[in-house]
Amino acid sequence: MTEEKKEMRLIELKGLTKTYGQGAAEFEALRGIDLQIDQGEFLSIMGPSGSGKSTLMNLLGCLDQPTTGSYLYEGIAVEGLDAVQRSLLRRYAMGFIFQGFNLLARTSAIENVELPLLYRGIRRGERHELARNALHSVGLQGKEKNSPAELSGGQQQRVAIARAIVTNPSTLFADEPTGNLDSSTTLEIMELLTRLNAERGISVLMVTHEDEVAKYARRVIRVTDGLIETDTGVTRERAEVLT
Amino acid sequence: MIAMLANAFLIALREIRRNLARAFLTVLGIIIGVSAVITMVTMGDGTTEAVKKQISDLGSNLLMLRPGVGFGPRSSSAGVPKFSETDVEAIANQISGIAAVAPVRSVSMSTIYRQEARSSQVTGTSIDYFDINKWIIEEGRIFSDDEVQRGDAVAVIGDTVREELFGTEDPIGKKIRVGQASLQVIGLLKAKGQVGMGDQDDTIIVPLATMQRRLGGKSSARDISQISISAEDDADSDRLISEISLLMRQRRNLQSNQADDFNVFDTRQIAETLSSSTKMMTMLLGAVAGVSLLVGGIGIMNIMLVSVTERTREIGIRLAIGATAREVLWQFLVEALTLSCVGGLIGVGMGYLFCIVLAPLIQVDFVFNSEINLLAFGFSALVGIVFGFAPARRAARLDPIDALRHE
Repeated sequence: MTEEKKEMRLIELKGLTKTYGQGAAEFEALRGIDLQIDQGEFLSIMGPSGSGKSTLMNLLGCLDQPTTGSYLYEGIAVEGLDAVQRSLLRRYAMGFIFQGFNLLARTSAIENVELPLLYRGIRRGERHELARNALHSVGLQGKEKNSPAELSGGQQQRVAIARAIVTNPSTLFADEPTGNLDSSTTLEIMELLTRLNAERGISVLMVTHEDEVAKYARRVIRVTDGLIETDTGVTRERAEVLT
Repeated sequence: MIAMLANAFLIALREIRRNLARAFLTVLGIIIGVSAVITMVTMGDGTTEAVKKQISDLGSNLLMLRPGVGFGPRSSSAGVPKFSETDVEAIANQISGIAAVAPVRSVSMSTIYRQEARSSQVTGTSIDYFDINKWIIEEGRIFSDDEVQRGDAVAVIGDTVREELFGTEDPIGKKIRVGQASLQVIGLLKAKGQVGMGDQDDTIIVPLATMQRRLGGKSSARDISQISISAEDDADSDRLISEISLLMRQRRNLQSNQADDFNVFDTRQIAETLSSSTKMMTMLLGAVAGVSLLVGGIGIMNIMLVSVTERTREIGIRLAIGATAREVLWQFLVEALTLSCVGGLIGVGMGYLFCIVLAPLIQVDFVFNSEINLLAFGFSALVGIVFGFAPARRAARLDPIDALRHE
C-alpha cells in the first residue's frame, strides 16, 4: 500500500519558503511548508487573507518561484526550472481556474477553450473536436458560439473549467472558483469539480475561504502566518461529501 | 520556430479579428501615410514628366532671345529696348547653324465670334514660327508669303480658341473679331494639350505685319518681344548662344562694362530648370507625406502600448495556461507587423486609386513608380517592427501573477 502510494505521489514540498521585498520591507509569506499530495486528491487550502495560501497556490501552480526549499511535481524538481520550462510544465500538466473566470472577452466559448490547444500546436480539426468534447463534459453543449458576455457566471466558470481540462492535465488548480457565484451555482460548480476528480482522476487543488466549499474536498489544510496549521489528511469519502 | 511563428500568426489574427474596429483605427494612420506618399510622389513624377514632354514638344534645338536684365526670377524687362525686324534678319544672315528665325510679338486681346467672346493670346510672327514651335496644321493652311508681306487679315487659331468660339462649328473661312479688326480664320492648329506652363492651345497666330497694322498699331521700330530661333540638328547651342549674345551686344551698342540687357536661352536650360524645380517639389511633398507615415507608425505603437496595458489580464491568462514569454512577444510583434503590412497594402491600393482619379484632374500623366510603392510599403512594414517591438517586449515581461490580478 505504501509503495503504491509513492508511485502516485503528485507533489512533494520540503521546507518551502517565499520572501517578498528586501531589507526593511522584507516580508516572509511562507515560512517553511512541508506537504505531500498524491495523485487524484481533492485538496482544499484554507486560511485567512494574508495567511500565505495564495502564495502557496502560485508556487504550486509554477506561477512563482520559491525563495528556498524544494518542490517536486511528478518527480520533477520545479525549483531548478527556468521560466520557459515552467511555462511548458503549466502547458502540459496543469489547468487553472480563477475567481474572476478570466475568459477572453469578445471570444466565443469554443475559442476560449481552444486557447491552450493553440499553444500546444494542435491542428484545427482535432482542436475543435477536443474543445467541443470539453464543453460537453461541463454541460455546455449548444453554447459553443456564445461569448462570455452572453453567458451567466456559472456558465462562464464552466467554460473556464473546460479550458482547464481540455489538455487533460494531471492537476486542476482552482483559486476561489466560486468566489463570484451565488450559492446554487456554487453547488453546481463544486459538483462538477467533484465529478471530474472522481471520474477522470484529475487532482484538484483549491483555495477557498468558505467552509461550505472546502467541505467538497477530501482533505483540507489550513495555512496561518505562512505555515500549515492543520492538515486533515485524506479522511472523508466522496459519497459523504455529496450527502 | 516556424511552427511557433505560424502559431503566433494564428493567435495574432484571432486577436485582430476580436478587435476589428480598434485594428482599423490603428492602421488608418498607416493607410493615410502610405497612400499620401504614393500619391504625392506619383503626381510629382507625372508633373516632371509632363514638363519634360512639353519642353520636348517645343523643340529640343529651340533658342529664345528675350529682352531683360538678369535671368530667372530677378530678371526685369522694364525700360529695356525690345527687338526690331532688322535684328531678326541680322541673326538669320550673320550666324551659321541656324535653321529658322521667327519674330514674336504677343498681346492678349479680346476675340469675338457671334455671341461668344473671350480673351486670347494673339501672336504676330512669320511662317517659320510654325516650324520652330512644332505646330502642326489640323485643318486649313498656314499663311502664304504674300499674306505675310501684305499683312492680310488672316489668322490661324489654336484648338482651345476653336472650342470656345465655335464649339462644334467648322471655323475655317469664318470671320472673327480680334481687338479692332476682323480676321478670317484660315487654319486650325493640332492641339498640344494643356500642361504645366498653361494652355498652349489658347492662341491666335497672325502675320507680324497684320499685328502691326491692323491690331496694335506700330508703336515703334522695336516692337518684337521675343525672337525664336531653331538651330540646325548638329549645331552646338552653347556656341550659338555666345555668338547671338555677341551680335546683340554690338547691335545694341553695349559697352564692355555694361551687362547684357537681353537673355538667350535654349529649351534644354529651361527643361533643366523646370524639371529640377518639380523634382524638388516632389521630394518636398514626399517628405511631408513621409512624416504622416511616421505619425501613423507612432499611432500603431501608441495603440499597441495601450493595448498591452488594457490586455494585461489577457496576457496573464495566456501565461497561466502555458504561453512562454517568447510566444507572447511574438504574438504582439506579429500583430503589429500584420496591422502595418495590411495598412501598407491598403495604402498602396488607395494611393493607386487616388492617382488614377487625380491624374486627369490636375492633368498630368499617371506614371506608375514601382520604387515608391515598394519603398512606402517597406517603410510601413519597418514601422510595424520598430514600433511593435517596445509594446511586445513590455507584454512579454509581465509577471503572470500580477497580470492576472490586474483589473
